[in-house]
Amino acid sequence: MGAYLSRILGRLWGEKEVRILILGLDGAGKTTILYRLQIGEVVTTIPTIGFNVETVTYRNIKFQVWDLGGQTSIRPYWRCYYANTDAVIYVVDSVDRDRLSTSREELHAMLEEDELRDSALLVFANKQDMVGAMSSAEVSDALGLGTLKNRQWSIFKTSAVKGDGLTEGLDWLVNIIQGSKQQQ
Amino acid sequence: MNLSKKDEDSGDLGVFYHLDKTTVLQEARVFNETPIVPRKCRLLLTKIIYLLYLGEPMATTEATELFFSVTKLFQSKDIGLRQMVYLVIKELSTIAEDVIMVTSSLMKDMQPKSEVIYRANAIRALCKITDASMLPSVERFLKAAIVDKTPSISSAALVSSYHLFPTGKDVIKRWANEVNEAIISKPASLVGTASSYLTSFSSGGSSYNTPPSTSNITQYHALGLLYLIRQHDRMAVTKLIQQLAGSRSSFGSSNSVLRNSFAYCLLIRYAAKILDEDPNSRQQLYDLLEGWLRHKSDIVNFEAAKAICNIKDVTVKELYPAINVLQLFLSSPKFTLRFAAIRTLNKLAMNHPTAVQPCNLDMENLITDQNRSIATFAITTLLKTGNEASVDRLMKQISGFMSEISDEFKVIVVDAIRSLCLKFPSKQVVMLNFLSGVLRDEGGYEFKRAVVEAIFDLIKFIPESKEAALAHLCEFIEDCEFTKLSVRVLHLLGVEGPKTATPTKYIRYIYNRVILESAIVRAAAVSALAKFGVSAEDPEVKKSIKVLLTRCLDDNDDEVRDRAILYLKLLDDEERAEKYIKDDSTYSLSVLEKQLVQYVSNPEEYEKPFDLSSVPKITKAQAEAENLRPRGLDLGTTQTIGVSSSAIIGINNSTVVATSRDATPTPGSDQQQSYAQQLENILEIAAFGPVFKSSIKPIDLTESETEYAVSCIKHIFKEHIVFQFNINNTLSDQLLENLTIVMQPESDDGSLVEEFGIPAPKLPYDQPGTAYVAFRRINPEECTLGSFSNTLKFVVKDCDPSTGEHDEEGYEDEYMVEDVEIVTGDYILPTYLSDFQSSWDEIGEDGQVVEIFALTAAKSLKASCSTLIELLGMCPVENTETPQSTTVHTLLLSGTFLGGHKVLAKNRMTFAPSTGVTMELSVRSISEEISRTVIGAVV
Repeated sequence: MGAYLSRILGRLWGEKEVRILILGLDGAGKTTILYRLQIGEVVTTIPTIGFNVETVTYRNIKFQVWDLGGQTSIRPYWRCYYANTDAVIYVVDSVDRDRLSTSREELHAMLEEDELRDSALLVFANKQDMVGAMSSAEVSDALGLGTLKNRQWSIFKTSAVKGDGLTEGLDWLVNIIQGSKQQQ
Repeated sequence: MNLSKKDEDSGDLGVFYHLDKTTVLQEARVFNETPIVPRKCRLLLTKIIYLLYLGEPMATTEATELFFSVTKLFQSKDIGLRQMVYLVIKELSTIAEDVIMVTSSLMKDMQPKSEVIYRANAIRALCKITDASMLPSVERFLKAAIVDKTPSISSAALVSSYHLFPTGKDVIKRWANEVNEAIISKPASLVGTASSYLTSFSSGGSSYNTPPSTSNITQYHALGLLYLIRQHDRMAVTKLIQQLAGSRSSFGSSNSVLRNSFAYCLLIRYAAKILDEDPNSRQQLYDLLEGWLRHKSDIVNFEAAKAICNIKDVTVKELYPAINVLQLFLSSPKFTLRFAAIRTLNKLAMNHPTAVQPCNLDMENLITDQNRSIATFAITTLLKTGNEASVDRLMKQISGFMSEISDEFKVIVVDAIRSLCLKFPSKQVVMLNFLSGVLRDEGGYEFKRAVVEAIFDLIKFIPESKEAALAHLCEFIEDCEFTKLSVRVLHLLGVEGPKTATPTKYIRYIYNRVILESAIVRAAAVSALAKFGVSAEDPEVKKSIKVLLTRCLDDNDDEVRDRAILYLKLLDDEERAEKYIKDDSTYSLSVLEKQLVQYVSNPEEYEKPFDLSSVPKITKAQAEAENLRPRGLDLGTTQTIGVSSSAIIGINNSTVVATSRDATPTPGSDQQQSYAQQLENILEIAAFGPVFKSSIKPIDLTESETEYAVSCIKHIFKEHIVFQFNINNTLSDQLLENLTIVMQPESDDGSLVEEFGIPAPKLPYDQPGTAYVAFRRINPEECTLGSFSNTLKFVVKDCDPSTGEHDEEGYEDEYMVEDVEIVTGDYILPTYLSDFQSSWDEIGEDGQVVEIFALTAAKSLKASCSTLIELLGMCPVENTETPQSTTVHTLLLSGTFLGGHKVLAKNRMTFAPSTGVTMELSVRSISEEISRTVIGAVV
């Protein structure tokens, strides 16, 4: 009860930690995005076996960001981390056309989970700095975002290496979260 | 933070009292909540660990679910909580599935930029959840951690690598340089941050600095790992020991490389092992050990003293300094030191009682030591070192505290008494009374067995004690809860009883067993009865036995009835009775088993009956000796017997001695079996039929320090000879492929034709391989002799010693090794014989050849005995391989010549310093030709 009270108070003062998952296929750039957001630098990464968790503060809101590994062997464990998630950032490699269908399947399977019913969806069409990257509209089509119902979602063109598009995406998230707070 | 600690302490036991797993797992749901409360979670984790340590079983699904909840706690930066998380992960790693999910998180925590306190713990946890396939991806980080300046991190990495070594050998072997650096690096500067392995819970926020470690335990961990990497390379280990021991002058001074006592102890153990294996290094390593006796640390002194005491055939002079050190420890105020010292001395006293004698006074004082274990060892050691006069007094003291010590120590006492009896036969009455007394006490099987065996020994070696001892044993089986012991006692009664003055006395005891006991004991009793029937002189006894056995025909157990029927039949047939009941020899069971398997698996052989004569016969005594051998490490038992037999030589020069351990078993008959197994797996060689003989010891064809170590074993078949070459590549930067052996006969008279060679396909660094060359002997009846020059031919591929990767292209190379010779001895199989004279007479003089040799260069009878045994490849019998006198000796040898013919040799020899050894060698066999060939081996 005390914890619940403090959470309410935290919300009033805008101190609430927002729980976010970064998901997507392997090599989409999830870990790079996480550390770009946290320390503002591009770090060298190796394939994530498991997960990374960091706290990111943006516009006075604390985000607790979980970056889960995207390898086929690790995807089944995503669901262990769905509970209490406020938003999912779904990262897509805009150059990897071959696996877009796989990405789409994973996305839709994930969104059907009951625990993520109320979570917002933010899609990053990543790797825009590379030649031959698809536009956000193309990615949106390929993922079938238009068919989503009862879901707050948005898609942004990003380049984690250059840092483009990330803040825009976060701004959208902040607005959504503040909006839902006002509703309450 | 301090406040929170107080809370925990006050609720210390209360929280953990009556913990219930289900409740705790329910509570564990708080891990999934956000935000988490570190204090609450940490307490819960402690409860989980507490339950796991109590042995509470946890199902895989439960554990996995719990594990995933725990992973969520990585979001918290609280140090105390994180440490508990590491601990729980380590515990769950063996139960839960999918524990690799924390790999990334742990790898992040072990990075140099993360907090020191995290790093060591993360490394240790990581090694628990990772496996060999993951190792290459963490290799870089572990290597860096090994050479880290912070001891806790370096130690964590070293210990983790040590545990991963069995699965990740190939990867970890490449880290030798880093590990070596960890040994020799100076401790981190005291200013830098350092931490202990697990700081207290109270450490929070920024106050995680703990005093720097000064134990240098990292050296111990690093040395352990480095040895693991190099253990198969004796040269490298020797170098390591020399490097770390430093020069002698620097002992105890601060500039020696090692600063940790445990590391020194390890080094001493490695040195002792090398010393045991390589006699050439003895003096040098002994000097090192002796130097360590003066090291400033107790534990190092003790380890060195112990190592010296354990040297095989150590001399009194070498022992002296070690015993001095142990003697000092005996009067130390520390229990552990006293215990360690007395235990070592106790063991030493078995073989070197006189060397331990100077400590007698100190040991007397320890009899009243308040620690009963120390007292037990003291008293049993005194029994071994003391003189006859002190025995009575000591025995009285022992009886006083037998009831106070555990079974384990009782066995030690009984063993000591056992060797004491043999040392002072005149005291046997006292001892026998003591033994029969303790036999009546409560005790477990091991203890009772020790007592019974001690009494057996008495019967065997001290004839005067026999009657009384047998009486005690009879009484013992009247009320014995251990079937195994009853059976053994009954067997002994059967063997010894008939030889006594009044055999009927024992028959009553034995028949009582038939009436009262379980089937196993009844069967044993029936066999014992039959022995009386066969051996007894008195026809009345024989008649009674028949009556008793007839009664056994109604027994409700098959085995008992069968035995009774068999023995009743045998009793009427004296000749057979001699053969089946009294015969003391048995078959070599390992050979028998193998030949039976061969017979059963080969349908063609069903035509003729199984040929039992090809199975070597051995005596019971030899079978016993064979059984004792594997227990060589169990010093307590074997050495007591060793002592007993050597002790008896001095006292009582009876023939009984020969039945003890001195009966040398057929050399390496087990070894022969294992070679045969290997060869059978090679189709081409299996076609040659069974191996007649394999040379006992591999012959080294290279010096021990050359690039490639090659040794050769000769296998003689009915019509073929196979040379087995064992090759070890000791160059870490080379990979040898397709290695063949080119064997060039010295004289090409066509008596040997090469059939084929089997190459060794691949020889990486330090992984021994085998190549074969097979020859056919044109005249299988003859023993073809000859010498071969040998050349290895192979393809060399250079490779990187650190990664093991090799070039695609290789080049051909050759390497000459020493010659191999086929000698007459290769065609003679050593076979054991229990009764030389009767076989000698049986063969007769027809095929006898006698020659006289004068060996002017021979130094002693002993030396020429061993040379002759080696030359002829025959088995010395009746203990004649060690001359009792320095001037006159007769050596008796027995063997089987190619084709299965028995060969016997009698060698009478004399020695005089001026003329050397003169010997008359007589060889008997079925034909003069064979005898002449055998004698030709010596010429």
